[in-house]
Amino acid sequence: MKSYFSVLFTGGWSLIVGLKVTLKALFSPIVTCQYPREKLEITPNYRGHIDLVKFDDTGTHKCITCGSCMRDCPSDCIVVDGEKREGVKGKFCTVFTLDFTKCSLCGACVEVCPTKTLDYSNEYELAGTTREEFYYDLLKRVEERE
Amino acid sequence: MELFYSLLPELIRMVVCAVCGAVIVFGNALVMGYAERKLAGHIMYRPGPMEVGFHGILQLVIDGLKLMGKQLVIPKNADKPLFMLAPLLAFAPVFVPMLVIPFSDKIQGFDLDVGLLLILAFASINVLAILIGGWSSNNKYSLFGAIRSVAQNVAYEIPMLISLLAIVFMTNTFSLKEIAAAQSPVWFVVIQPLAFLIYIVAMVAETNRAPFDLPEAESELTAGFHTEYSGMSFSLFVLGEYANMFIVCSVATVFFLGGSSGIPLPYFEYTGIVWFLLKVYALMFFLVWIRWTYPRTRFDQLMNFCWKYLIPFSLVNLLLTVVLVKLI
Amino acid sequence: MSMDIEILEDDRHHRYVLNMGPQHPSTHGVLRVLLELEGEYAMNLLPVLGYGHRCHEKIAEYKPVKSFMPNTARMDYLGALIYNHGYAQLLEKATGVEVPERAEYIRVITSELNRIQSHLLWYGAYLLDLGAFTPIMYAFDDREHILDILEDVTGSRLTYCYFRVGGVCKDIDDKFVTSTRAFISRLRSRFPMYEDLVNGNVILQNRLNDVGDLNPHTCARYGITGPLLRGTGVGYDLRRAEPYSIYPKFDFEIPTATKGDCMASFLVRFQEMEQSLRIIEQALDGLPEGPVMAAKVPKKLKIPAGDYNSSVEAPRGELSYYLVSDGSDVPYRLKVRTPSYSNLSVIPEMCQGMLLSDVVSAMGALDLVIPEIDR
Repeated sequence: MKSYFSVLFTGGWSLIVGLKVTLKALFSPIVTCQYPREKLEITPNYRGHIDLVKFDDTGTHKCITCGSCMRDCPSDCIVVDGEKREGVKGKFCTVFTLDFTKCSLCGACVEVCPTKTLDYSNEYELAGTTREEFYYDLLKRVEERE
Repeated sequence: MELFYSLLPELIRMVVCAVCGAVIVFGNALVMGYAERKLAGHIMYRPGPMEVGFHGILQLVIDGLKLMGKQLVIPKNADKPLFMLAPLLAFAPVFVPMLVIPFSDKIQGFDLDVGLLLILAFASINVLAILIGGWSSNNKYSLFGAIRSVAQNVAYEIPMLISLLAIVFMTNTFSLKEIAAAQSPVWFVVIQPLAFLIYIVAMVAETNRAPFDLPEAESELTAGFHTEYSGMSFSLFVLGEYANMFIVCSVATVFFLGGSSGIPLPYFEYTGIVWFLLKVYALMFFLVWIRWTYPRTRFDQLMNFCWKYLIPFSLVNLLLTVVLVKLI
Repeated sequence: MSMDIEILEDDRHHRYVLNMGPQHPSTHGVLRVLLELEGEYAMNLLPVLGYGHRCHEKIAEYKPVKSFMPNTARMDYLGALIYNHGYAQLLEKATGVEVPERAEYIRVITSELNRIQSHLLWYGAYLLDLGAFTPIMYAFDDREHILDILEDVTGSRLTYCYFRVGGVCKDIDDKFVTSTRAFISRLRSRFPMYEDLVNGNVILQNRLNDVGDLNPHTCARYGITGPLLRGTGVGYDLRRAEPYSIYPKFDFEIPTATKGDCMASFLVRFQEMEQSLRIIEQALDGLPEGPVMAAKVPKKLKIPAGDYNSSVEAPRGELSYYLVSDGSDVPYRLKVRTPSYSNLSVIPEMCQGMLLSDVVSAMGALDLVIPEIDR
């Protein structure tokens, strides 16, 4: 009989305590960010899809078409090709494409690159209606970039 | 013709009452829909609807338009007539109780001698609508929701009635207006706190709101009895739910919180409605508040609570009241 | 699968089958459970798996061992770093690569952050199953801080690929240390709020107490590990039982409960968050200087012929990698023993005769991550 009433009181008190928590939250400031209207600053370490780095001294990338990234990629999403050209030491890169639909952002290519010409981009607002929109031509991207 | 003229004022009155009832039902759904989402948002540290209009104030209008534009999907093996009937049955009866609620001394559709009985009778039709909707959907989840709802509503109507009956014994009337008027010095919530508490719990269960939202129970039954409903038929259920909330809160206001009494305003016979609505929406706020605080109870616990605590307590309360009324 | 329904429904006409999932709010992904119900009591349950099967183990047999690292994160998206840890450890064991001490510290700190993050998500989602909508938002508010911290160092928010054979791919900085310390004090200050809002709530207590009873014997039969096992009173945690990495250096407790019901595992998980905070704190205090990658890791990692095993304590239990190598750099076979798979298999026994609502709370207590089961 005692527990019959004590349950009622302890239980009722726990419910009131819960109500206090939510009431306090009701008058607390909001913590969310209204995404398309306001944007949070993204960390510079964010790993987006890979991009060729534009070096200041040469004004372009430093890819030597060694193909390490292509070989190390777990998902086979990078295609690099080059040809021998006059006056250029090593190979001249003619093709560098990324199939971002397969990329798992593991970073193996960036780490293996001997000339540090691969880096992560900071783009995260990626949405498209077709698969082809995610086949990136990185050479074209590096030329278009400022 | 003479008969017509003699009836004309009454006819106009009926039409005005019906229109006002509809305005209250829809307006209340708009206000509560918006308030619920805003409050839920702020309780969860987020702003709630923000896009449509200033602070999302038009969100519910847009939602209504969207729901109206949607296709009414009827499941292949559903019992079609009953399936269509259920939302209407959930929605239509809520107009009648609006007629007898005394919003202020002068604003009331009809002052019936049996106002309370009318409200309770029409509020119960909601159960039937849920049962029909759940049954005719031909979906096991819906059926579960329907069965739970019937058991729950039948069980919780008892403590609700008994707790109100204590007030009826004290005032000796079923008329809502007279009950409201009977609390001129002190509100009945002071004299009958136990009845008030029991009524509040039963009220939450009657309207199928969390933590007693077992008929809907989305984590268990996906959406309970309205799983198969879409578009306008779904929104009729929602409108019905909010209207029912309004009705039970009005009854609580009339029975325990002194109806439209409060600090007198000019033309108080009419402006008393301000106090009335304030009390009703304070109770509604409480309903929203607990919905976004507690987990859901289990079905057997819900029933146990009703039969082990609410009904004995309300009976004791009733007995004590009767004895005291007789003595005094 | 329609055959299963027929089997269940065939000769017991007074019972009927409810098909829960693969799209159901409380199966947390593409798990399907067939329930044979009598009234609202579940008399028989049949979990149906495989909706999210991606052949991870088979994929491992087709590529160099190093390339499998990103796949480990996709198996359990909530404990990605811990899965990374187990796999990196496996390869280090097999090839004898020494991991610098600083890298081990970083691994432990990030893994424990990951564990808290996983528990916070479970906490919110479980209460969502039980019908409370608000706690998940509070839990996500805290969880978001962990994601921000980890994003700053690993570069991603969910499916991390941060650990490498021989260390980690990026060093942590002072900002990481200060923000982690800030997070520790923040989460500590939030625990009383969770206690008030959720743990003490009478409705929750009634929903969880005496539901889904397990005992150590049942756990042993099904191979149940993790908080569920610790909820039955067995203090089995790989961080203590078979210490790996630098866990022996830290002072922490293995929370246990005795009853073995949903409430027990609920409380064990809740207390584990605090213990993880303690580990992180000690690791931050003792963080040594030095490199974060072993100096000499061969580019082509050849695994000597033989079989290797590595186990770590994942948020949901014991995670083991078992690798058989024929001497090349591609494994002959990689077997992953994921905790959720074993934990799920107890459902038919655990939930027999339960109310439908209790089935939902029992399944939530298992903390299932479906991609980990299907993998």
